[in-house]
Amino acid sequence: MTMSRGLRTALLVFTVLVLVVVYTPLALVVLNSFNVDRTFTWPPPDLTTKWWDAAFHSKGARSALWTSVEVALAATAVSLVLGTLAGLALRHTRFFGRNVVSLVIILPIALPGIVTGIALSNAFTTILGMSLSLFTVVVAHATFCIVTVFNNVQARVQRLGGGLEQASMDLGAGPLTTFRLVTFPMLRSAMLAGALLAFGLSFDEIVVTTFTISATDQTLPIWIFQNLFRPNQGPVVNVVAAVLVLLSAIPIYLAQRLSGSTAEGLTGAR
Amino acid sequence: MAATHAPGRGTARVSRLGRRQGVRTGLLLLPPMLWLGVAYLLALGALLITAFWTQDDFTGAIQRQWTLDNFRDLFTIKVYRTITVRTLGIAALVTVIDAVLAFPIALYMAKVASPRAQRLLVIAVLMPLWASYLVKAYAWRGMLSQGGLIDWVLGPFGLQSPGYGLLATIMTLAYLWLPFMILPVYAGLQRLPDSLLEASADLGARSGSTLLRVVLPQAFPALVAGSIFTFSLSMGDFIAVTIVGGTTQLLGNVVYNNIGAANNLPFAAAVATVPIAVMLVYLAVVRRTGALENL
Repeated sequence: MTMSRGLRTALLVFTVLVLVVVYTPLALVVLNSFNVDRTFTWPPPDLTTKWWDAAFHSKGARSALWTSVEVALAATAVSLVLGTLAGLALRHTRFFGRNVVSLVIILPIALPGIVTGIALSNAFTTILGMSLSLFTVVVAHATFCIVTVFNNVQARVQRLGGGLEQASMDLGAGPLTTFRLVTFPMLRSAMLAGALLAFGLSFDEIVVTTFTISATDQTLPIWIFQNLFRPNQGPVVNVVAAVLVLLSAIPIYLAQRLSGSTAEGLTGAR
Repeated sequence: MAATHAPGRGTARVSRLGRRQGVRTGLLLLPPMLWLGVAYLLALGALLITAFWTQDDFTGAIQRQWTLDNFRDLFTIKVYRTITVRTLGIAALVTVIDAVLAFPIALYMAKVASPRAQRLLVIAVLMPLWASYLVKAYAWRGMLSQGGLIDWVLGPFGLQSPGYGLLATIMTLAYLWLPFMILPVYAGLQRLPDSLLEASADLGARSGSTLLRVVLPQAFPALVAGSIFTFSLSMGDFIAVTIVGGTTQLLGNVVYNNIGAANNLPFAAAVATVPIAVMLVYLAVVRRTGALENL
């Protein structure tokens, strides 16, 4: 390496310092869920597990959690189908609309969430005359989740090329058999990585959700946001926040298992 | 099926294959394009049209008469001008802060750390990305609170937490979007061959000038790619600013308030065209740097 020793040390120190600052608020959230005090006072006067108990029995938080899981699963399923189709369509062929198609797929996530949110809400309520529900939330989430599956599938088909499938067809397999025995196994881990991202994106989303959800339904982020400023609910919100911080290790672990390299395809999505 | 693949059919086979491939591409694209191309783009178009309509102040009903009133209000009423400038300023500042923080980290990850440390660092950078956005903003509300951690750390120096407001908003947004800057810059620097750095050193450049004159220009498209995220995400935010911004208002809050309390969709739509226009201009400008290939 050509970098001087001093420079390398400086970079290391800087990296460690920033990472400490990055993880401090997250650690604080986890610690604060045990704080006896209802506020964020530092240092905590004493620790307790009673808020965890309260959160576990909080009806609002629990039903919001399941709503979020349902919405995220449905949105992931839709984006998995549509994103894979789009990713497969854009191989081999270099047709004129290729860039347009990519742009249209990326647009829902490239534009600020508030734009996507009010555009869809306006379309649902004033143009289509629908009332907002969890269904409209799923439609909205799927719209910006397609890109994560598409990115992963497209990167995979570009990397692997079509040679194996051609061989399969030449050996007499029809398109369905080829898809089942060759294409799908090739794409499986890319599809899973894309689906994982789509699930995470949908589970965490609040801006688009705010505009497309009915007044009576609550996803978990909506529940947190509505209870954030209520002092009474503070401790329960703290526990839910702590749980979400701890749960973020799961997708990282899964992504590691899936690809061995988490960098692939993860940078293109929020 | 198999028959058309039999060898020796020459040009007929090629053209038939080509046509079939076109049909197949079309069929595959149909469902996603119906969803996105038709549903989403139409929704977006309808929103833009609404911006040129107006609203009856008494009934709250939208009147389908073409007018530029919404845009006139947006550009002439002082408070909206202030908010627009503030939003763009915050987005730019957050982008610069993230670039300054991300570059050394990405450089360390890509060019100094061992392969094993590199993998761990990528995980360390990615992990906060998976922690809920709302929770992270909330965590900063706790950090910045009166008697909170920042007060405690700064107390001995006779300083205190900046409290909720503009500065808190900038800090929180910079925190939230930092990984979106680190990852593309890291990927960009990884593609930079080591031999280039060695050549620079062989030609007599010290670390510092290699960094400034070789590494930084090469990493520039990746930095711009990261800036697309940090800039766009900051510009559309209204949740984080509600949580830590005190009374600070951004464009997102104006849109939100006009949808909710004021129920003036045409004006909200007009306000929303500002981030769209700014992003389109931004994308058009940065296309030249090759940043879009670094996304």
